[in-house]
Amino acid sequence: MNKPYNHTKATLALAKASFRSIMRSPSAVVFTLAFPLIFILVFGFLGSSGVTVDLAIAPGSDMHNPVISALEQIAVIKLVEHKSTAQIQEELEKGTIAGVIDVHQNTVPQPAYLADIKYTSASVDKGNILKSILNNVMFSLNTNNLKPAVAEMKESTVHGRIYRTIDFILPGQLGFSLLSTGVFGTAFVFFSLRQTLVIKRFFATPVRRSSIILGEGLARIGFALLGAVFIIVIGHFLFHFTLIHGFVTVLNMLVLSIIGLIVFMGFGFVVSGIAKSESTIPPISNIITLPQFLLSGTFFSIDHFPTWLQPISRALPLTYLNDAMRQVAFEGAGLWDVRQPILIMVIWGIGIYALAVKVFKWE
Amino acid sequence: MDRTNAIISVRNLVKNYGDFTAVKGLSFDVYENEIFGLLGPNGAGKTTTLEIIETLRNKTSGEIIVDGFSVDKDASEIKRIIGVQLQAAGYYPNLNLVELMELFAGLYGVSIKPMEMLEKVNLQDKAKAKYKALSGGQKQRFSIATTLLNSPKIIFLDEPTTGLDPQARRNLWDLITDIRNNGTTVLITTHYMDEAEQLCDRVAFVEHGEIIALDTPDNLIDQLLNSGFERKKEVKKANLEDVFINMTGREWRQG
Repeated sequence: MNKPYNHTKATLALAKASFRSIMRSPSAVVFTLAFPLIFILVFGFLGSSGVTVDLAIAPGSDMHNPVISALEQIAVIKLVEHKSTAQIQEELEKGTIAGVIDVHQNTVPQPAYLADIKYTSASVDKGNILKSILNNVMFSLNTNNLKPAVAEMKESTVHGRIYRTIDFILPGQLGFSLLSTGVFGTAFVFFSLRQTLVIKRFFATPVRRSSIILGEGLARIGFALLGAVFIIVIGHFLFHFTLIHGFVTVLNMLVLSIIGLIVFMGFGFVVSGIAKSESTIPPISNIITLPQFLLSGTFFSIDHFPTWLQPISRALPLTYLNDAMRQVAFEGAGLWDVRQPILIMVIWGIGIYALAVKVFKWE
Repeated sequence: MDRTNAIISVRNLVKNYGDFTAVKGLSFDVYENEIFGLLGPNGAGKTTTLEIIETLRNKTSGEIIVDGFSVDKDASEIKRIIGVQLQAAGYYPNLNLVELMELFAGLYGVSIKPMEMLEKVNLQDKAKAKYKALSGGQKQRFSIATTLLNSPKIIFLDEPTTGLDPQARRNLWDLITDIRNNGTTVLITTHYMDEAEQLCDRVAFVEHGEIIALDTPDNLIDQLLNSGFERKKEVKKANLEDVFINMTGREWRQG
C-alpha cells in the first residue's frame, strides 16, 4: 500500500486490452478498412477512363469522308458501327447511345457532304456534349484554309497537377471510415461493456472513470490511425493519390483524422447513452452517419447539390473534415490554412460532448 | 483467532430504492481471517449489502468501516485492499485469460505473472481460452483469480457456487478455504445451507433486509436443538450427495 496507485498504468492497460479486442473484432476491421478500400478500388479504376459519348453510324452511311475521319480522332467520341436501324432506334430511346450520324455525298457540288444527325432526349447531358463536339468538328472542317473574318482562336493548356478521381474520393472515404469507427465502434463498446457488467467489475478496482474513457479513446484512435495510414498508402502507391509534401502531408492528414475521430466518438458516446437495447444502436448510428455519408461530399462535391440542400451539407462536421483533408492533401495546405474547418469541427465537438455528458450512462 | 478484531464493521445500514427499503438497519462485524456468510433467500438484500461494502453502491444511511477506512470518504483506499467477485459480471470481449489477467493487473496497479495466478485456480491449461468458452465452474474460478491479483485483505464472493455441479462446488470450497488459510478474510453470500455449514466460521441470516440470526453454524444448530426441535426422519451418516461424490470422484472437472 506504500506505492501510490498509478492511473497512467491503468489507462494504458485498458488501451492495450481494448486495442487487442478491436483488432479481433471482424465488424471493426470491415467498417474501418474493407469498406473504404472497396470504394477506393472501384473509384480508382473508374476514375482513369473519363467521359465518353457513344455515337452510332447509321447503316449505309458513307465511311470514307472527312467528317468520319475527324470524329475518329476525338477520344471522347466512341463510334458504334454495324448496328441495324432498329437496334439503333431502341438504344436511342434508352439513351445508351447519344446520337446517330448518317453521312452521304451531296448531289450538288457545294457542300460536298451532308450529315444527318439525330439526338435523343433520353440522354440530354451526353447529347449536349455531342452537339458541341460536332459543331466544333464541322466548323473546323468548313473553315479549313480560310482566314477568320472576326477573330482567330489561339489555344494552349496550362500544365498543372492532374486532379484524379482518387484525389477527391480518398479523403472522403477516409472521413467516412473515421465517422463509422467513431460512432459505431464507440457506441457498441460502451453499450456492451455496460450491459455485460464489464464496467461494473472495473468499478470494483481503483481505476478512475476518466481512465476508462481515455483508455478506450486511445485504443480507438490508434486503430483508426492505423486504418488511415493503410488507406493513404494504398491510395498513393496504387492509384497515385496526390500527397504534395509527402510525409508532412500524411502527418497533417493524421492530425486532422484525430480531431475528426474525437468529434465522431462524441456521437458514439451519445448513442451508447440513449440506445435502449443493442438492436437500436445500428438505426440510431445510421441516422447520424448516413446523411453525412451522402451529404458531406464523400462522393460528389457539395457544389453540385441543389441550392436548398447545400446549407444542410455545410452544417455537417464531416463536410469540414473532408474539405480540410482535400485542401491538405491536394492543395498542400498546412493545418493553419485549414483552421476554419478545424474550428467548426471543434465547435461541433464541444456541443456533442456537452450532450454526451448529459446522456451517457455508466450502469 | 482473535475474535475482537473486526476488519469490517457495519452499523445501522439502510438502503432505499424509491419507496422500497431493501436493507433495514443491518449491523454486524466481520472478524479478521474468518469466512463470514450472509445467508438468505433471493431478494433478501444480501447482494445490495455486499455491493455497498464494496463501494459499488451508495447507501441511504448507516456507517461502514473497512479495515479502518470509511466507505464515504476512502472508497478508493478500500478498493485497493479488497477483491470482488460479482454475482453477475462480464469480462472484456475477445481477450484470452492471460490477457484479461494483464488488464486487471494494470487496473489494480500491480505486477503479477498471469500464469501463476491461473495456476492458483487450476486454469493454467485454459490460458489461451476466452472467458466465454469456459464452463460454469471455470468461470467462477477465473472470477476468484481476478479477486486475488492485488493480494487483498478481504475478498467478497457473491453466490460463487450457484449453478455448479457437486464436484465444482467442492473444488471451490477447497479453494476458498485455502485463500482463508493464506490470511485473507472472506465474506461470502449463498443460499445453500450445507455450503454455509461446511465453509463458514460464522453466518448471518438475512430476511427482508434484516438480520434475524448471527452466530457460528454449530451454535445456531445447538440453539434449535435445545428448543426441542427434532428432525422427522432419523439422519443417516451420509446423504445422497456423499454417494454421488463417492461414485463419481472429486477431481477437477472440465464440465
